[in-house]
Amino acid sequence: MGKNFLHPKSLKKVDTHYCPGCGHGIIHRIIAGIVDELGIREKTIAVTPVGCAVIAYDYWDFNCCEAPHGRGLAVATGIKRCLPQNIVFTYQGDGDLASIGIAETIHAANRAEAISCIFVNNGCYGMTGGQLAPTTLIGQKTITTPFGRDPNKGEGWPLKLTEILASLEGVCFAARTSLAGPKEILNTQTQIKKAFLAQIEKKKFSIVEVLSPCPTVWQKEPTKAIEFIQQEVIKTFPVGIIKEL
Amino acid sequence: MAEVIIEKDKCKGCQLCIFYCPTKKLVLSSKLNKKGIKFAKPLDNINCIGCGFCFTVCPDSCVEVYGKK
Repeated sequence: MGKNFLHPKSLKKVDTHYCPGCGHGIIHRIIAGIVDELGIREKTIAVTPVGCAVIAYDYWDFNCCEAPHGRGLAVATGIKRCLPQNIVFTYQGDGDLASIGIAETIHAANRAEAISCIFVNNGCYGMTGGQLAPTTLIGQKTITTPFGRDPNKGEGWPLKLTEILASLEGVCFAARTSLAGPKEILNTQTQIKKAFLAQIEKKKFSIVEVLSPCPTVWQKEPTKAIEFIQQEVIKTFPVGIIKEL
Repeated sequence: MAEVIIEKDKCKGCQLCIFYCPTKKLVLSSKLNKKGIKFAKPLDNINCIGCGFCFTVCPDSCVEVYGKK
C-alpha cells in the first residue's frame, strides 16, 4: 500500500486569494499538516499578520487572532501569558516582522516568550504593490528602487533578522529554510515542526524564516521565481539551522 | 500504482506540479476551469509512482495523491 497525500483537516477547502505560485499557500498547508500530525488543533492559536496573509484565518480551521500591523508578537505574548497551556504561533511577513514590528519582535524574543514565529521572507511588500522591504536583495528592483537596491544611495543592506534573533538568550530555535523545490519544502516542514516542539518542550522563543517566492512582484513565472531563490536569494540568506539548544 | 486527483476549479495554473513531476505525467489542460484558467491534469495514472511531489509543491492545495497496492 502506497502512501496517501491528503488535504489536511485543519485547512479549509476554499479557494485562496493568493497569486498563482505564491509560497503562502504551501506554508499554510505545511502548518495545517503539522497541527494535524501533533494533534494540537483544539489548543492552537494562530496570530495572523497584516500583509498578503491578512485573511489566513479564513483558510485555517483552528483558532486565529488578527493583530495590528507589526504587533503580532505583542498580541501573541498576551495570548500566551493568559493561556500558557495553548500553542501560540505568529505568521508574519518581512514587512510586518522585520520592518514595522521589529521592536515587538526583538523584545518578545529577548523575554523568551514561549511562542513560535513563522517568518515568511519574500523580499518585498507584496500586498501594497512591491515596495522595498528590509530584506530586499542588493540590486533587486522594486517600485521604490527602480534601479535596484543600492546601499551607497542610503537604501541599506538586506536585514538578516533570524541571525540577530539567534544571538539572543531567549531564543531556543532559529532556522532558515526555503520553498525552492520539494526537498526544501519537506525540510521546511521538519523545521517548523521542530519550532512547535521547542515551544512545547523548552518554553522559549522559536523562529523559522521561510524564503518564499513572490512571482507577481518579482515579475517572473512561478518556476523562474523558484530558480531565483535557488540561484540568488540563497547567496544572501543561507539556509540551515542557525541555533538549536 | 498511485492515483492523482486534482480539483480543477481550485487550480490557478502555476504549473509547479507539472515542472516537478519526475515522470512527467501531468499536463496543462486545453480546457478552462470556472476561473477561466488552464488547469493541470494527470495525463494517465497508470505509471504514477506516487512520490507526492505534486501535492508538496501545490500552493493551492488542490492535489491529492492516493497510493494504491
